[in-house]
Amino acid sequence: MTKYVTVHITPKEPSEAPPSAPASGEVCKACGKDLPRATLVAALHVCPHCDHHHPVTGPERVAQLVDEGSWESIGDQLRPADPLEFFDTRSYVERLAEAQSETGMSEAFLGGLCRISGRPVALGVMDFRFLGGSMGSVVGERFVRLVAAAAGASVPLVVVVSSGGARMQEGILSLMQMAKTVVALDSLTAVRMPFVSVLTHPTTGGVLASFATLADVVVAEPGALLCFAGPRVIEQTTREKLPEGFGRSEANFANGQLDLVIHRRDLKERLDRVLSLLEGGVRCSVEPARQDQEVVPRGGNPLTQAFARVKKFALVPWRRLRGRDTEDPREP
Amino acid sequence: MPSFPGVGYEEEIRKIQESLEALREREPSDAAWKTVQLARHKDRPQALDYIKHTFPDFLELHGDRLRGDDPAIVGGMATMDGGTVMVIGHQKGHDLRERQQRNFGMPRPEGYRKVQRLARLAERFSMPVVTLVDTPGAFPGVDAEEGGQAGAIATSLRVFAELTVPTIAVVIGEGGSGGALALALCDRVFMLENAIYSVITPEGCAAILWRDSAEASQAADALCLTAIDLIRLGIVDSVIPEPRKGAHKSHRATAKVVARQIEAALRELQSIHPLQRVAERRQKYLQMGSFTTV
Ligand SMILES: [Zn+2]
Repeated sequence: MTKYVTVHITPKEPSEAPPSAPASGEVCKACGKDLPRATLVAALHVCPHCDHHHPVTGPERVAQLVDEGSWESIGDQLRPADPLEFFDTRSYVERLAEAQSETGMSEAFLGGLCRISGRPVALGVMDFRFLGGSMGSVVGERFVRLVAAAAGASVPLVVVVSSGGARMQEGILSLMQMAKTVVALDSLTAVRMPFVSVLTHPTTGGVLASFATLADVVVAEPGALLCFAGPRVIEQTTREKLPEGFGRSEANFANGQLDLVIHRRDLKERLDRVLSLLEGGVRCSVEPARQDQEVVPRGGNPLTQAFARVKKFALVPWRRLRGRDTEDPREP
Repeated sequence: MPSFPGVGYEEEIRKIQESLEALREREPSDAAWKTVQLARHKDRPQALDYIKHTFPDFLELHGDRLRGDDPAIVGGMATMDGGTVMVIGHQKGHDLRERQQRNFGMPRPEGYRKVQRLARLAERFSMPVVTLVDTPGAFPGVDAEEGGQAGAIATSLRVFAELTVPTIAVVIGEGGSGGALALALCDRVFMLENAIYSVITPEGCAAILWRDSAEASQAADALCLTAIDLIRLGIVDSVIPEPRKGAHKSHRATAKVVARQIEAALRELQSIHPLQRVAERRQKYLQMGSFTTV
């Protein structure tokens, strides 16, 4: 007799890795030492005693990075809808209203064209306080519009990510935001504008498994939890004992999943350096190579010239030979 | 540490078995939950069953060329309608042994990298790509995380977004979250009548929002995860009917209807210019979402 076995994946809970609430009190939540609010804010929400990176809200992050008066928001007019009329123990509408009044934000993603150290940039910032930074339709649409704005203005894209993953209350539409954001990134490739993502605590699930890891350069703040499935889900499913520091920035860096781990006080300056070097490549290069360009190497011998001809022949797509497609744009 | 599929799961399996039997005794409280159970039915046809009935000359290809060969993903070339197509699917396994060996259809990063490799191979030789989607989700394990699970899924999405060959996905059983979408960013997406496609398992959703995974049937209803729901939401293109009482009643009959649907879609897609197809695929996904404007 065959037995039916299925593994129930218990979910990534947004509450699984809550950023320790802003140390609004007078002690650091990580080390317990005295930490007056004014000191914390002056230190960009990094504890001066233990270097713990406390969470930063969306508006605070914008203030930390952006040149004053340069912010011009994109997609600000978008508001979440309730396509599934979702109701669990409370309605989605009610949860949204609560998140909005608690955070003062209309959604979990803030986007805008701005200047960072004088450099024009399209900046996106996610706020974990808003329903765990989950990616609903508005987050996806604001991201897409920000990418379009970056491509349109030929400026690089920087997104500071923090998200628990999908917005369950939008069901499959939330899942599709993964596809949507990935598809949108093509337009940056087309204009050769760089995309840098800054992963902050915590970034998990669908956001990490879509646009966040597809950036040209992926950086993270120290100590951030970055994983697809959360530690609790992994423990429940596999009964594995998790290694020390599992899923943290440092572990991800050691495993080759990150380019850089950057202390928050250095973030602005390092971002500038990364962007400057990436853009420098575009500035000094000739026209990008195109597939249909005829390239014949100089010099060479009959054999290498024959190869060049073969290569040219190979560009005639097979599908034409097969009659699958009637024509190909590369063949006039 | 079970770094090999199937090792170290005995305890887990016994528990699941028990809870499953308990579940079976309880009458499903509504239609959505019934569909979830059908979608997970042990005898439901899986990727290799469809392949057996539809692609007699299927040649399986293996490995991601980086690290390993994930048995949760099967893929290879086969003939359809006079041309070669690349068929890729999740394989859950039927009996316990196969399920363990296939890790219950939950791919690791090497699985997604195999998908990418096969998709690129298909692109190189102008083969349409047909995917058969059936997974509870991507594998949540330490080795998978350390191997870059999130990045592997993201890269699959990007590869499917860029393919210029026709792409068709059929959700044949369980379309589990990102682990399923990584094979389903396609020109046409079909769903079997009793398949499900969801952002999270009903059990997972219930555990978070109801704080009780026993509320799974309510969650299943709320998540709108049936084929009809997905048609209504504009995510899938059409629903493929199953034999009365479900696909498990006749693999052959189900496979035949699925094959006919794939063939029809292939013909339709091949009549569209490749760049037009890519543009329309992009547009389709860029339009997905529901929001208002103030
Ligand atoms: Zn401290």
